[in-house]
Amino acid sequence: MHDSILTHAKSRYLWISIGLSVVSIALYLWHDPGVAPNGGTWLGYTLGTIAALIIVLLLLFGIRKRSYSTTLGSTRGWLSAHIYLGTTLILLVLLHCGFQFGWNLHTFALVLMLIVIFSGFFGVYAYLRYPTLMTRNRESATRDAMLEEIQEIDQNALALADGIAPEIHAVVLRSIENTKLGGGVWTQLRARDGSDIAIARIRAAIEKRETQLGAAPAPMQAGQTIIAMVDFLAGRADDKQSEALRKLIDILSRKRSLATRVARDIQYQAIMEIWLYFHVPLSIALLAALIGHIISVFFYW
Amino acid sequence: MGERFKIAIVGSGPGGLSAAARAAERNESHVLLEAEPHLSNTIYLYQKGKYVMDEPGILPLRSPIPFAAGLRETILEGWDEAAARLKINVRYQHEVSAIKRRDDGIFDIKCKNGNSVEAEAVVLGIGLQGNLRKLGVPGEDLPFVQYQLDDPDAYEGETIVVVGAGDAAIENAVALAKQNNVVIINRKDEFGRAKKGNEQAILKAIDDGLIECYYNSSPEKVEALSAGRKPGRMILNTANGRAQILLDRVIARLGATAPRGFVEACGVVFPNKDPASVPAISAQYESNVKRLYIVGALGGYPLIKQAMNQGYEVIEYITGNAVEPADAPLLKAKFANLKGIGSVDQALAQIQKNVPVLSHITPLQMREFMLDSDIRTPAAGEVIFTRNDYTNSFYSIVEGEVRIEVEGKPQPVVLRRGEFFGEMSLISGRRRSATVTAGPNCILVETPRRSMNRLINSVEAVKADIDRVFIMRAIQSRFASEASTEQLAEMAANATLQRFKAGDYVFQEGDEGDCLHLVRIGSLTISRNIGGKDIVLTYVAAGNYVGEMALMGESKRSASARAAIATETIRLDGAVFKKLISRIPALRLRLQKEFKERTAANLAMQSLPGGGDIISFLMAQGAGEATDILLIDESLCVRCDNCEKACAETHSGTSRLDREAGPTFANVHVPTSCRHCEHPHCMKDCPPDALRRAPNGEVFIADNCIGCGNCERNCPYGVIHMASKPPKKPGLLQWLLLGRGPGPGEAPYDPNAKKDPTAKKAVKCDMCKDQPGGAACVRACPTGAAIRISPEEFPAYAQSRR
Repeated sequence: MHDSILTHAKSRYLWISIGLSVVSIALYLWHDPGVAPNGGTWLGYTLGTIAALIIVLLLLFGIRKRSYSTTLGSTRGWLSAHIYLGTTLILLVLLHCGFQFGWNLHTFALVLMLIVIFSGFFGVYAYLRYPTLMTRNRESATRDAMLEEIQEIDQNALALADGIAPEIHAVVLRSIENTKLGGGVWTQLRARDGSDIAIARIRAAIEKRETQLGAAPAPMQAGQTIIAMVDFLAGRADDKQSEALRKLIDILSRKRSLATRVARDIQYQAIMEIWLYFHVPLSIALLAALIGHIISVFFYW
Repeated sequence: MGERFKIAIVGSGPGGLSAAARAAERNESHVLLEAEPHLSNTIYLYQKGKYVMDEPGILPLRSPIPFAAGLRETILEGWDEAAARLKINVRYQHEVSAIKRRDDGIFDIKCKNGNSVEAEAVVLGIGLQGNLRKLGVPGEDLPFVQYQLDDPDAYEGETIVVVGAGDAAIENAVALAKQNNVVIINRKDEFGRAKKGNEQAILKAIDDGLIECYYNSSPEKVEALSAGRKPGRMILNTANGRAQILLDRVIARLGATAPRGFVEACGVVFPNKDPASVPAISAQYESNVKRLYIVGALGGYPLIKQAMNQGYEVIEYITGNAVEPADAPLLKAKFANLKGIGSVDQALAQIQKNVPVLSHITPLQMREFMLDSDIRTPAAGEVIFTRNDYTNSFYSIVEGEVRIEVEGKPQPVVLRRGEFFGEMSLISGRRRSATVTAGPNCILVETPRRSMNRLINSVEAVKADIDRVFIMRAIQSRFASEASTEQLAEMAANATLQRFKAGDYVFQEGDEGDCLHLVRIGSLTISRNIGGKDIVLTYVAAGNYVGEMALMGESKRSASARAAIATETIRLDGAVFKKLISRIPALRLRLQKEFKERTAANLAMQSLPGGGDIISFLMAQGAGEATDILLIDESLCVRCDNCEKACAETHSGTSRLDREAGPTFANVHVPTSCRHCEHPHCMKDCPPDALRRAPNGEVFIADNCIGCGNCERNCPYGVIHMASKPPKKPGLLQWLLLGRGPGPGEAPYDPNAKKDPTAKKAVKCDMCKDQPGGAACVRACPTGAAIRISPEEFPAYAQSRR
């Protein structure tokens, strides 16, 4: 049966982490080195070694995840351990340094580690929150299917607009050109698309036409736009045209809702991935800083 | 009176052509009649550039014309060249309409074009493809009326009328609609005959106005026009009267007429109505009509090389030359470890004598049967198969005995010479129900599923024998611990087989209970009507009983049983059963205990809000016939596609799973991936029998795949596709540290690297049977969203998802 990363194997790694934390705290309280607690005492060295080993283990997750034929545990188990042991690191490292900070490489490594860990926290949050939202947003369609439908709507809309008026055609065409889904990181995260432009432009076009006909444009609320437009069209002499325009508005509304969903889909996916762009490179940086930290420590010896 | 020949060969496919070539080589008077204006229409119609395989590799080729694995074009060229060199007397466009044997033993062969010939012997090599069905109205042969479509992109800006509502018609119409004005003519008011995907595609295209559809309509005639912009028109009979369509082209895809009607009209008898059955032929390929011979696919030999060998041999037999069949050395090798059994023919006869179920079959069928089978001589005590294995081969005992350890019985059941076993898994498609070990001096014949099924389908007596034993053993396995042999025999005597289509009710809630059912093939869902809605309570797999409760206490059915897929049950008579339980209190007590457990489970399910809905949803996705299905919990899935990457990485670069596609219900997502069906659709029509089932249940494709694509077409779930092997890529660390090549699971490896053009073979999920850790998709999922479960676990699964 399905089993979340947090409850994997009856939360085995949570209990291991709690055990490790309790033992470390107890040793820290019990231990009296005579000076202020620091990384140079035997306990400091022990905690530091454990923390360094855990960091290496956490880094190995990146390799394990891509070693598809290995029988060394399940990826899920590794991730579960990754999360809990990673969280424990904060405590271990703080105890290791005895809460001593400074403007040096050692504290730099600590800060790097904290950034990596907290970016990981965001990842856990994203992994728990967004999958459900994404499913709900998709309504059982795939992203490709939605994109395909949008394309189809675009073509149908163009064909319809062709039969109404040249300016409507131009508006629809421009709106198609303006509908952009995906793009740069910022666009993806903002979940904006240009799909509502068409409806706005059609409204403008109708208002323009209305003014030309001599009637003053009725003041319209944003939400009532479509209804007002249909009213306006119903009063027209040309039934076929107003029918076509009504249909056009229908499918453009459908497109807008689709485009919004696709944009949101992309947004969710982007959120679920963006944190990795901090988490992974910084963890490599952390590895470098950690090596520097360990080497420099040996000079004090 | 037509010309007289010694041998007339009908059909110039591999079998017929090889026969004609051998006849020409031997200077026998012969004629080769071919309906089309070219040789070997079936192979001619293969897609251009298709790589044709030459399985089975171990069989030597025996024919004057060349054949080796290669491109369609090379093979056809070689055949054309050989036909010219050997001066084969071929008559093109001579479609044979009737073959009649006169009283003097001479055959009269009439052709559609009015010609006729006489022959002393006839070789039928017409295959199974049949003739394309034509429109059947005036104008059906006009130049712009065609019955196939090679390349939809070859037409542009035309008005094309597609006639037909099957998959071929829909695929053509949809492909043509891209750059043409397409009208589709459907005799009915829906496209129910087509695959689901195709049905959706055509309905959508019609909805979008891309294709115009005339429902309930049929063509009345097609005419060529000399004036106007369009070269022709079609007059249609529609529900609202007649209509006319001006058109450039008509493409009619009406399927093919199976050759069976024609063959039967020649006097050849088929053993039964099953469409898969083939006429019985002798070891010399002679049918029940004297001197009418059948070679190739029509006789049950679908592979090119087999047909070519038969073509050669049949000419030898007709001319009175008793050659040893090409397969003789292969059979000899099979019998190598049997001492003192004599020649191949003697050995075959001995096996048939010892095993009564095989005594019903013809010598040629026996040869074929043994070619596919293996002789096994296990040492005493050796395990033949283990309970819960997924193997599905069939065993006949030629000598010695085997012991069957039935669960719950202290003494093993002993089967002796002449009996058979393994039929349960063969028929139900499920795990082995018992462990079988060999006794002393045991000689067994192990036959793979496909060969056994072919035999069951073509020889009625074999089917009857196996069914009889199946029913007896099924009853034994359920009641043997309490009932005596006579009591069991009485039940078996009153048992009948019943078939149900998917969705049929086996019985309904509130019905009078007058029988119980043992599910033999397929599966059932048990549901109750609560508040006007059917609530699915549980799933019953093959091998289990339903309906005994109504016979024990209350007489009315307390729930409905419905077939989840095509299902076959053994119906046991209620009166006999009641008599049995009134006599045996121990049986009654056991059944009552089971009843209590079942009721408790049902109540638990009933009280779950929406619990049964998940089972209903899964059943609607065809999970009822699955043995192991991949499910993704979308509330856990982070869409990293690591499952697909894992699949590609462990399976030479092609993922066999599409995570995103497929339906979702209550966050349970059924991706497009293999379910390892009980009776795999893909196995239905595999010429080299490359689709197999491994002991743990994995349905996989063996290396002898010929890339014909039948399995891809037969799979209703779209999980098989054709792929060629991609080149190797650099290792993980090289990618990770040096950025070399594409990353794990990323395609393409190198767009410039030439793919191996030779072998496009079918690929599908094999559940990572060669991976020590099991299914890579599940193991690679970082969040635990992907699991694989079997339908038996559905009720528990539904309960776990509240």
